[in-house]
Amino acid sequence: MSTRLPEVEVVLVGFGWTAAIVGHELATAGLKVLALERGVDRDTVPDFATTHIQDELRYAVRHALFEKPARETLTFRNSADQTALPMRHLGSFFPAAGVGGAGVHWNGQTWRFLPTDFTIRSHTEQRYGKRFIPDGMTIQDWGVTYEELEPYYDRFEYLCGISGQAGNVQGTPQPGGNPFEGPRARGYPLPPLARSFGTVKFDAAAREAGFKPFPCPAANTSQPYRNPLGVQMGVCTLCGYCEWFACGNNSKSSPQTTILPVLRSNPNFSYRTGCDVTRVLVDKAAKRATGVTYVDAQGREFEQPAQLVILCAFAQHNVHLMLLSGIGRPYDPQTGTGVVGRNYAYQITSSVDVFQDDITNPYMGAGALGQAIDEFNGDNFDHGPEGFIGGGYIALWTTGGRPILQQTGVPEGTPKWGEGWKKARAESYQRVLRIATHGSVMSYRDAWLDLDPTYRDVYGNPLLRMTFDFHANEHRMSSFLTDKAALIAQAMKPRSIKKNGRDGHYSIVPYQTTHNTGGAAMGDDPSTSAVNRYLQSWDVPNVFVLGSSVFPQNAGYNPTGTVGALAYWAADAIKQRYMRNPGPLVPA
Amino acid sequence: MRRSPPIPPTTATADVRALSPGGLTRRAWIGVIGALGAVAAWPGWLLSRADAAMPDTPRPVVDERYDHLLPAEIAFLDAATSRLIPADDLGPSAAEAGVTVFIDRQLAGAFGGAARWYMQGPWHDGSEQQGYQVHATPAQLYREAIRAIDAHCRATESAAFAALPAARQDALLRALEKGQLQLPAVHGKAFFAMLWQNTQEGYFADPMYGGNRGFVGWRLVGFPGPRYNYVEAIRRFGQPYDEPPVGVLGRDWRRRQPGMT
Repeated sequence: MSTRLPEVEVVLVGFGWTAAIVGHELATAGLKVLALERGVDRDTVPDFATTHIQDELRYAVRHALFEKPARETLTFRNSADQTALPMRHLGSFFPAAGVGGAGVHWNGQTWRFLPTDFTIRSHTEQRYGKRFIPDGMTIQDWGVTYEELEPYYDRFEYLCGISGQAGNVQGTPQPGGNPFEGPRARGYPLPPLARSFGTVKFDAAAREAGFKPFPCPAANTSQPYRNPLGVQMGVCTLCGYCEWFACGNNSKSSPQTTILPVLRSNPNFSYRTGCDVTRVLVDKAAKRATGVTYVDAQGREFEQPAQLVILCAFAQHNVHLMLLSGIGRPYDPQTGTGVVGRNYAYQITSSVDVFQDDITNPYMGAGALGQAIDEFNGDNFDHGPEGFIGGGYIALWTTGGRPILQQTGVPEGTPKWGEGWKKARAESYQRVLRIATHGSVMSYRDAWLDLDPTYRDVYGNPLLRMTFDFHANEHRMSSFLTDKAALIAQAMKPRSIKKNGRDGHYSIVPYQTTHNTGGAAMGDDPSTSAVNRYLQSWDVPNVFVLGSSVFPQNAGYNPTGTVGALAYWAADAIKQRYMRNPGPLVPA
Repeated sequence: MRRSPPIPPTTATADVRALSPGGLTRRAWIGVIGALGAVAAWPGWLLSRADAAMPDTPRPVVDERYDHLLPAEIAFLDAATSRLIPADDLGPSAAEAGVTVFIDRQLAGAFGGAARWYMQGPWHDGSEQQGYQVHATPAQLYREAIRAIDAHCRATESAAFAALPAARQDALLRALEKGQLQLPAVHGKAFFAMLWQNTQEGYFADPMYGGNRGFVGWRLVGFPGPRYNYVEAIRRFGQPYDEPPVGVLGRDWRRRQPGMT
């Protein structure tokens, strides 16, 4: 029996980046907002103190800041002819639990997608012809353009205090920046981070190979920064513990370091932790949400009525909740109809290890301290001769030199363990540089999310089931990127290189990236998207869905910049359109 | 410069040992420390609300008695991990670095009990891409696998694994790694993967977890530990960084412990 609580105007499911952004926007506009977070409360002081956060075993290896599969996981299979089995511990990706979400343990690699990423289907058809898109690939335009999102990218970058070098300000090329980026209204709020040895070496080699390298945009502060909300950040000390760790130094942008100090004292805003939302409650016709059901840390069930429900959980959790709650029609891969769970996508990564003679001091770094080239991202190059769609950036990141999982590269032919391995580890640690490729993954008819028929979570609800594999398009694209990375590697005049390509089936086991996308795609057509261009459910208009679950396919960049921009975009739509006239913002 | 956190109460340690010649368990020992009022000397985060708010709060290893492993398991792990990371002129073996103690504490804790893992059935082997599907916690897998490997060694070589020559141990580990060692009802390949992973963890994790004793793992590769600030040092391209390693609990805290280097 659940206890019914007093109604709030807005309930947010989850309390990470998107909830902090939309929560602040709506509470400031005068709405009463409540966020429900399943994990613990946590803040820079005392939880992330530099006296204990720099512990590779506890955080990177034992996953202290991440979600616990014991409570909720998903089942996985490569294809429909297999039986999906539970992901028993985290591996390929690391969603968070707790206030701040994955915004606490991310690197801070903060990109904008390319203008053509948002119109990928129409652009591809126009440039290469309809037949260039392979059978079974279900890519689609986003329903929003780069030009529309530009002011919202700007807001997120100035919220965070991004350190970087613009490449294109209002159409004027900027020396030293990414020449391929879409036009931006103004430069980054902070100059690039100090360069590491590895990034300087990459820069020289990439130039020699004929490319135009630039410093990667970083949500790690190169200087003290006071953001537009009045929140003060410190200077990054390049300690090398960003990704999978929390920052105790107030120098990695996160909800805690950019919004929460202001939001916590807003009388219109409140949040509760240890609250697992298990359902969005909808009326009989499934046309209107009436609130949510959640279970608190004591196991008590509550009904929280709300006028507006905004899903701000991690990508696949939003989709899970929509499927459990009957919001929108579930996707059916047999018929290709239905939308919820459709177009799940990911990214494909590879690397080239460069063994050279200089001391690199790899532990001096930051989560987004990198140098990249963008010649082979999106449609920045002619795909005609290559026969694939998509691309990615090639970068050398120096994010730290943690010795268990991070700085582990050894030359080709090294024994897996024993004396030879030990000698190679000792010799390589200071000498190996890793060039990474970060490639897009398109959406496909046979890659989707639905409810598992067998396995259940701690509340007895069906687990989400993921059916996903890499396709030939992505393998071709990734090996193309790996070969280009090897060109830069060779220009470093190394002793040897080792290509770490991404072959074969997608595996849930090795960590690749936490850039899961799709399942609640946005778009202009309710038959192929779960939410409209304002991230509003087509079926239940007082439900909005934020985060990368709305990406119709994935681009070749880290998603958080776009996730943040879309959160501001949706918040503006709610404030300026929806609240004036609650109902569908786009006619179905 | 990074300020070292408080050092654990080494003098209190000696007192407790004098008071309890019979030997207390590690947990009881921590309890006695508390009763003696020495808690204030511990870093606050180990004992405060961090326990409630932040999961998996570590307990620094402050003595060498085993919490979990049986004598035969200790012998196996000393031998096996020291083939995986042997002693040589570059530095000590895994066992000498404390990796067996590290594994003991890991198996006794949240990791050993698969506290974070989804352990509901039904159980199927699945594909390689579907990952770990062994119906056993890490602690159970270690127990069953070591027992089975030693039984196999006694049956085929007339001695437990630890008593075999290094070359035979290497051959057995290679067979285990490739899934070629037939062990009744034990997933040998999964055990090898876990053992090798945990061995590297122990050798390279912060010394407070029991391995990487005297920072030998970090010294092997040249990692200085969590030194926190490289704003100036990062500009010195190609130059060695000479500061000695520090751990989360500082530089010297374990040296003063009885039985430590």
